[in-house]
Amino acid sequence: MTIVQMMEAKVTDRQAQSSRAGSSDEGPAIDKGVKRTPALPASGQFVETGMTVGDVRCQDPYVIAENVDVFYGANHAIKNVTLEISKQEVIALIGPSGCGKSTFLRCLNRMNDSIESARVSGSITLGGQDIYGKDLDPVALRARVGMVFQKPNPFPKSIYDNVAYGPRIHGLAADRAELDDIVHSSLERAGLLNEVKDRLDEPGTGLSGGQQQRLCIARTIAVNPEVILMDEPCSALDPIATARIEDLMDELSQDYAIVIVTHSMQQAARVSKRVAYFHLGLLIEVDETDRIFTNPQHKLTEDYITGRIG
Amino acid sequence: MQASKTTREKVEAGLRRRRRREIVFQLSGMLATTVGVMFLGVFFVDLFAKGSTAFMQTYIRIDVEFAEDVIAPDGEIDLAYADFDGLVRTALRNEFPAVSGRSERRELYRLVSIGAGYQMRDMIEAKPALLGSKETLWVPASSTVDMYVKGNIDASIDEALRPLSDAQVGWIESLRESGRLESRINSALFSNGDSREPELAGIRGALMGSVYMLIVTILLAFPIGVAAAIYLEEFAPRNRWSDLIEVNINNLAAVPSIVFGLLGLAIFINWMSIPRSAPLVGGLVLSLLTLPVIIIASRAAIKAVPPSIREAALALGASRMQVVFHHIMPLALPGMLTGAIIGMSRALGESAPLLMIGMVAFIVDVPSGFSDPATALPVQIYLWADSPERAFAERTSAAIIVLLAFLLVMNLTAVIMRKRMERKW
Repeated sequence: MTIVQMMEAKVTDRQAQSSRAGSSDEGPAIDKGVKRTPALPASGQFVETGMTVGDVRCQDPYVIAENVDVFYGANHAIKNVTLEISKQEVIALIGPSGCGKSTFLRCLNRMNDSIESARVSGSITLGGQDIYGKDLDPVALRARVGMVFQKPNPFPKSIYDNVAYGPRIHGLAADRAELDDIVHSSLERAGLLNEVKDRLDEPGTGLSGGQQQRLCIARTIAVNPEVILMDEPCSALDPIATARIEDLMDELSQDYAIVIVTHSMQQAARVSKRVAYFHLGLLIEVDETDRIFTNPQHKLTEDYITGRIG
Repeated sequence: MQASKTTREKVEAGLRRRRRREIVFQLSGMLATTVGVMFLGVFFVDLFAKGSTAFMQTYIRIDVEFAEDVIAPDGEIDLAYADFDGLVRTALRNEFPAVSGRSERRELYRLVSIGAGYQMRDMIEAKPALLGSKETLWVPASSTVDMYVKGNIDASIDEALRPLSDAQVGWIESLRESGRLESRINSALFSNGDSREPELAGIRGALMGSVYMLIVTILLAFPIGVAAAIYLEEFAPRNRWSDLIEVNINNLAAVPSIVFGLLGLAIFINWMSIPRSAPLVGGLVLSLLTLPVIIIASRAAIKAVPPSIREAALALGASRMQVVFHHIMPLALPGMLTGAIIGMSRALGESAPLLMIGMVAFIVDVPSGFSDPATALPVQIYLWADSPERAFAERTSAAIIVLLAFLLVMNLTAVIMRKRMERKW
């Protein structure tokens, strides 16, 4: 992508923004998105212009990523991605391997910081606060943006200590009783309490894979974050454990914004309200889940969901 | 025809050759193991055969009189000048009244170690009431007598070719017949410092020197090594400088130990004026020697901690320091301990750098602190191996056995500690 094309893309984006600003009471955001949707071009052409079809904006956005670029050394992993995520929604990031969806996810809690060659430009705000701002400590950010990983990764500590770890380091509980409360309620909300309440002092690593993943979710919600990022949380689990986690996501979405990266289109269809399709670092299409899966606007999206890519 | 062969036929055709190779490979592995075990076995058998006798020592029973006119000529006990050796000689003369003549008597006196006199002095010092009394004492025989009793001196060869004369052999035999000669546990070996007399020489001085040195080494090298490893692995930026440091640490681990001794001599003794021959300097030098080993092992242990644990903690909002101390350290500690123990084992066995800092001196007193002159076990082995007396040969082997036992105890402690700390994930 040439600089000129990038600039063009940005111009389009600004136009979109201004049009949104000008027409804020005109009805649901989705309509504006449709307005800026161009006619379906051939896939090759579109990748070069780097424009997102559908609607990257949403009502009452909480996390706003504007023109985010991520580089790993010379590798341009995320190209000019703009996306809004509201509280109380589940948004699924889908796309073929290496398309940058996990990279984008890890930008949202600055987990990319630990990769030395990674460089992020553009802006990401959380509740109006720039998360890459100089005065923001990633430690404080990660208390607000929790993350669940692909492979269950409980600490080699007891179940209790696993859940209590976050509250402990952040000083969320005043005393032991309060900590007990947090641990119990977190385990309960993660749907794990009944299975483990008699063996809280046993190692978390002794649980089954699905239980471990729910333990990781309990551990994440024990800190009471605002946003939960999930990086393919079910890819290492069997269908029954997957179903439990999906139910859980549904419940959790009442209180948290959930961003989930998934390779399973069915899962995206089941759990998410909106879907964002990434391709080679570009955000190709964002739309309501139903619309994406029934009537994709972009050729690449269509190819992917019908199984021709990926 | 080649083309008509099925896959199955092709596989079966090569099968015999594959099996044969497998067997040859296994056999060569077994052979290598056997050879290794054999070498080790020969070493241990030889060591124990030569060294085990040193744990026993021949003692002679004599009837001594704590004569008042010798020990307290002016009415007061004079420990420094009293002729305790004379009392021992009198006792020996009484035992063999037939021996007359200066040179014969001198031969007789040589049966008993000069330690007998010290033993009497220590007794009277501990209990002055013994003055004037007659006592029956077991005193150490001289090392030549000990060697003869242990069968290391052949009495059948020409008298001029052996260190014991015919008369001496006769006295020894008569002592043995009358039950005045006995083989007992060689307690001097474990309670004494070095001595010119083999029967009085012990390894306690060297052992304590080694212990003090290792205490200094572990106290310095382990925290510094682990801290450096954590910094380099977790916090240091990856750039040309950290690469340079890494290369240097790896090179440092391969530097000949005597160079560290020279460094210690130049810096710790000449420049910082720390007393020479002291376990403190030895410990400092051995710390330098051990540091690279501990750093390399600790870094490997930190690297082996699964990144998923690190990520989990980071994603919960743990600071980097919290990640290190709550998660990395507990999981890496067993590996770090392994590194430390490898380093300490190496430090325990080092002698070359200690030669440079004066720990090779002949030191009789058992050190009682970090700045007392001391020597170390391997240096003591070197010193004894260098001694001409026949009796020092078996003591050299005994010292090696003690060194190996020390090593074994140290490693065992580490293994137990590691097993306790090991956590599964």
